[in-house]
Amino acid sequence: MTHGVVPPPATTAAVDGAMARRRGWGWLLLVPGMLYLAVFFVFPTVQLFLTSLYDPSGNYVQGYTLTWHFANYLDAIRDTWNLFVRSFIYAGIATGVCLLFGYPLAYAIAFKAGRWKNFMLVLVIAPFFTSFLLRTMSWRTILADQGPLADFLRTVHILPHDGRLLATSVAVVAGLTYNFMPFMTLPLFASLDKVDHRLIEAAGDLYSSPFTGFRKVTFPLSLPGVVSGTLLCFIPACGDYINAELLGTPKQYMVGNRIQSAFLTEHNYPLAASLSLILMAIVVVMVVAYVRRVGTEELV
Amino acid sequence: MAAVPPPSEQSTRRILTELGAGRGLSRRSLIRGAGIGALALSSPAFLDACGTKGAKVSAGSCVSKDLSSTQKSIVFSNWIGYIDPAKGKGTSTLEKFQQQSGIKVDYRNGDVNDNEQFFAKVSPQLTDCKSTGRDVFVVTDYMAARMVNLGWIQKLDHANLPNVEANLIDSLKSPDWDPNRDYSVPWQSGMTGICYNSELTDPVTSFKDLLTRPDLKGKIELLTEMRDTMLFMLLLEGSDPNKFTDAEFSSAISSLQKYVDAGQVRRFSGNDYVDDMKSGDIVACEAWSGDVINLLGGGKFKWVPPDEGFAIWTDNMLVPNMAAHKTNVESMMNFYYDPVNAAQLAAWNYYFCPVKGAQQEIGQFDKSAVHSQFIFPSEKTLQNGHAFMTLDEKQEQSYQTQFNGVMGG
Repeated sequence: MTHGVVPPPATTAAVDGAMARRRGWGWLLLVPGMLYLAVFFVFPTVQLFLTSLYDPSGNYVQGYTLTWHFANYLDAIRDTWNLFVRSFIYAGIATGVCLLFGYPLAYAIAFKAGRWKNFMLVLVIAPFFTSFLLRTMSWRTILADQGPLADFLRTVHILPHDGRLLATSVAVVAGLTYNFMPFMTLPLFASLDKVDHRLIEAAGDLYSSPFTGFRKVTFPLSLPGVVSGTLLCFIPACGDYINAELLGTPKQYMVGNRIQSAFLTEHNYPLAASLSLILMAIVVVMVVAYVRRVGTEELV
Repeated sequence: MAAVPPPSEQSTRRILTELGAGRGLSRRSLIRGAGIGALALSSPAFLDACGTKGAKVSAGSCVSKDLSSTQKSIVFSNWIGYIDPAKGKGTSTLEKFQQQSGIKVDYRNGDVNDNEQFFAKVSPQLTDCKSTGRDVFVVTDYMAARMVNLGWIQKLDHANLPNVEANLIDSLKSPDWDPNRDYSVPWQSGMTGICYNSELTDPVTSFKDLLTRPDLKGKIELLTEMRDTMLFMLLLEGSDPNKFTDAEFSSAISSLQKYVDAGQVRRFSGNDYVDDMKSGDIVACEAWSGDVINLLGGGKFKWVPPDEGFAIWTDNMLVPNMAAHKTNVESMMNFYYDPVNAAQLAAWNYYFCPVKGAQQEIGQFDKSAVHSQFIFPSEKTLQNGHAFMTLDEKQEQSYQTQFNGVMGG
């Protein structure tokens, strides 16, 4: 057993000395992380912000000059607000479905899998062994108009005879759901796995039904997993463009597709940058509102 | 041994709180530190260096040493379906070239999938006079023109290109953007038209049919190349794609938007339309002539020049600045302008062959290719071909933005 019990501090002077030393170390240990953030987050974000204020009349040959052109943001919103709305709706639905499917899965792995636990966890992570792009491409085969799934759904009249699965909103949301499912399942599993079984037993001992026990004990204890899972799904899903491009049509395009084309084919850097920052800002506001409502005490 | 109870969460939190209160590292001071960092980065000195410089470079300042004599290798980026694959040792043109010359070719199949995207891929390096890691790549006329204008492309040494001098067909000898072919050598030319699957649909012979026939709704694709797609839209509107106004372009865009909104167009694609045709997800699309033979295998896949007319273009080999194996590339260019090699290539990829004398040689590779309109088009066929107007940067960006607006839903 451990002997690491800290004795109560003897004098305040000793405490102050220890704290001063600890403070120095704290800063020192933070240096690599802060440097990393400065180089790979702060600097690019500042750069992105400045890019969004370039004069939109520039082009790739003459280059762009920084003229603090804030109107870029208004132009960007005016032309693409519908893409933002669509992105958030798709990402929201995908996150909801992920939670709906991921929770029972994580629950089963944490409580019922027994010696299969590790194996099942590997299965959840297994899709990551192949590339994101390949996984999405293979959905095109699964959902193909002439494929077995679409054929079956047409035979049982769920799809009309000229209906299709691929190149619809359903396909895009399904692709998002599939691709982000592990990001939901793993945090859920991590918090469910930590739940002390004795607490659930205690609930039973106090005459709660299994459902009440779940509602009042298990679920609240798994909330950190729910919060981090939904964030890990929702945030990247908002900015995703691969699913819309490969599984959708122009009618399903999300804001990520517009950013990509503005950057890569128009070389309109101010537009691409202002779209990216608007997306970032909206996501931050949504996340803060969500986290305030649900609470993050258990997260940190 | 007495069991020590694990510290409860409450006590842990208390300890953490006390540490924070003792002016260790609070979250606030962290944020303050980060803010100062950000301010430092946005100081006037830093901002002065902002904005992007133009992409134009002076070719003279970006020359690298040619290492061809010591390094017998080339990196060659091309579109898919553009070169004959090796069926056995030493049988393909590329294998033959490697054996004859001792130069190893790293062929990047499909590195170019869309002109604009390829431009975006290489522009950071070429703007900064850095190597792109490629010794030669193939892009379409307008893109080649843009790159040459930007000073990104190395001048070729015609002394190393006797076959090109002798065998390049007259019609391609002096494009307006490179009148003496100082910077570029054509790889192949081709036509943009319509491909349809004859097992799944009736013949689609006009662009109007493609965009309006109800049985094709949601089963067609258009190309992401703005020039290819808008050339047809302009023809459909009765405009001349070689000479049109901003207003004509805008009206062609709004009519394209109408067809997209109606759900007629499934999606916009690059060379990957081939996959969707194969899987049967689409039954007709805008397509490049040779692909229908070399990637789809002909048969049920038919290619037709639309009634409205069709686009005609040339893809060109270019050697970018800082590519260190120009002489090696020149010997490859020269190899492909030998009529026998050109014939073998064209007999596989079924694009216009830019090499004189290839028609006499092609029979030994493919008898049916000798009179193929894909490879050796007649004057009559070519009459209906159109080229897209040359655009300045302003038009380029404005048109591309309008087009992307349609593609982006």
